[in-house]
Amino acid sequence: MAIMTKGQTGLTGNTAIAYAMKQINPDVCAAYPITPSTAIIEDFSSYVADGAVDTELITVESEHSAMSACIGAAAAGARVMTATSAQGLALMWEMLYIASGMRFPIVIANVNRALSAPINIHCDHSDSMGARDSGWIQLYSETVQEAYDNFIQAVRIAENEKVLLPVMVCFDGFITSHAIENISLLDDSEVRRFIGEYRPKHYLLDTDNPITYGAMTLQDTYIEFKHQQSQAMTRAKDVAIEVGREFGKEFGRTYGLMETYRLDDAEVAIVILNSAAGTTKVAVDELRKQGKKVGILRPRLFRPFPFREIADALKNVKAVAILDRADSMNGFGGPLFNEVRSALYELDARPRVISRIYGLGGRDYKVKDALEVFADLKKIAETGKVETLQKYITL
Amino acid sequence: MDNRKELPLGGVIPKGGTAHDYSTGGWRKLKPVLDTERCTNCLICWVMCPDSAVITQDGKMIGFDMEHCKGCGICAVECPDKVKAIKMEEEAG
Ligand code: SF4
Ligand code: SF4
Repeated sequence: MAIMTKGQTGLTGNTAIAYAMKQINPDVCAAYPITPSTAIIEDFSSYVADGAVDTELITVESEHSAMSACIGAAAAGARVMTATSAQGLALMWEMLYIASGMRFPIVIANVNRALSAPINIHCDHSDSMGARDSGWIQLYSETVQEAYDNFIQAVRIAENEKVLLPVMVCFDGFITSHAIENISLLDDSEVRRFIGEYRPKHYLLDTDNPITYGAMTLQDTYIEFKHQQSQAMTRAKDVAIEVGREFGKEFGRTYGLMETYRLDDAEVAIVILNSAAGTTKVAVDELRKQGKKVGILRPRLFRPFPFREIADALKNVKAVAILDRADSMNGFGGPLFNEVRSALYELDARPRVISRIYGLGGRDYKVKDALEVFADLKKIAETGKVETLQKYITL
Repeated sequence: MDNRKELPLGGVIPKGGTAHDYSTGGWRKLKPVLDTERCTNCLICWVMCPDSAVITQDGKMIGFDMEHCKGCGICAVECPDKVKAIKMEEEAG
């Protein structure tokens, strides 16, 4: 997806996000750093200390307080952002729903990490997947470049008046957050022009027009507010497409709802999020060299879930494996599996679908693991029979 | 609620002073009763009432806003010991 343009350098995912935050220059950042997202706030606090940004950096005593302070600042009228991972996101839980319900366009970088117990600091998606129904838009990123680009686009998507919802930009802990990759950075002026100024319609510091935030709504209105929120979430899909297209026109890297890799004529496919798609691409290239018709679908926007577009992209595939780096612990596969499989139900002729859980707690997912999944898929495509509907791999 | 589609996003109430229209008096179990004979109009109760439910006129304490008084009894406690012009009584007597 990435086209190399100018400003080439090598950065870790965390450094790139901190740099994006510096370029965005938010009004407020309230944070409680946690591994593996720590370096984002560490780097950003240097920008604050050096006077490179005007941001009010609020250091708090917990992630619950971090998100609470973000919400308070957003209510006051500020452009707000923060970063977290795993238990940090879990501790923000209660407040995530407040942010989305109050329609505050807060942007958070969630560096994906496994949830305890047992305690683990490495990559999986159990943190952000647990928050998938909290009313936050979720963008997933394969590379450092995409994390950086997504973070900048997130501001535009969140603040769009048809949306006004918080956005979570997710990328893989350590794999993307700590590894140095090639990245093409934008100029500060380009970022500032692209995101524009934030002008909230109502805000508490507008003392000439006093308002109330957080009033109680009961049986007579609560459901209407949730309906509004749900419709805004639906609209966010088109806004994400518009913003991704505009970003491409301006800077040469266009983004859509998903990335498909050699999927057009594919007979079998893997659906997978974030960095592991890169590993899977290597397996696809190997198999393509042998004449095997294999491909990948990597969702970029997971909330709102583009169920029609995903079903359409997979409609000609005979068998598809959905790889989840999180288990819903529901007895029937991971969250991505559940949702993609449900999306495919609308098709007249559905591919066979299997669930594979991989890489929990940072376990390596290797090219050979992808090749094994493709071998399973080949068998299913030939026989039309699914032997093992769901299983853990990379054990 | 006539036009629910027009409800302001996120449940914001886009104007000030709306608490006045919200009657909280119904929560009350005890009600303050003023003895005007004893009251010296020091207005300590007016300062201390958390719900701004003490009504004054021309610098004098004249009674309570029963739409908003929630019966906490702070006014009765804060009224100076030598005066004690407010008694809390059962609402449903
Ligand atoms: S009882 Fe409480 S609310 Fe009522 S007037 Fe006294 S102080 Fe105010
Ligand atoms: S505190 Fe007591 S004396 Fe003072 S104004 Fe109130 S009721 Fe009267």
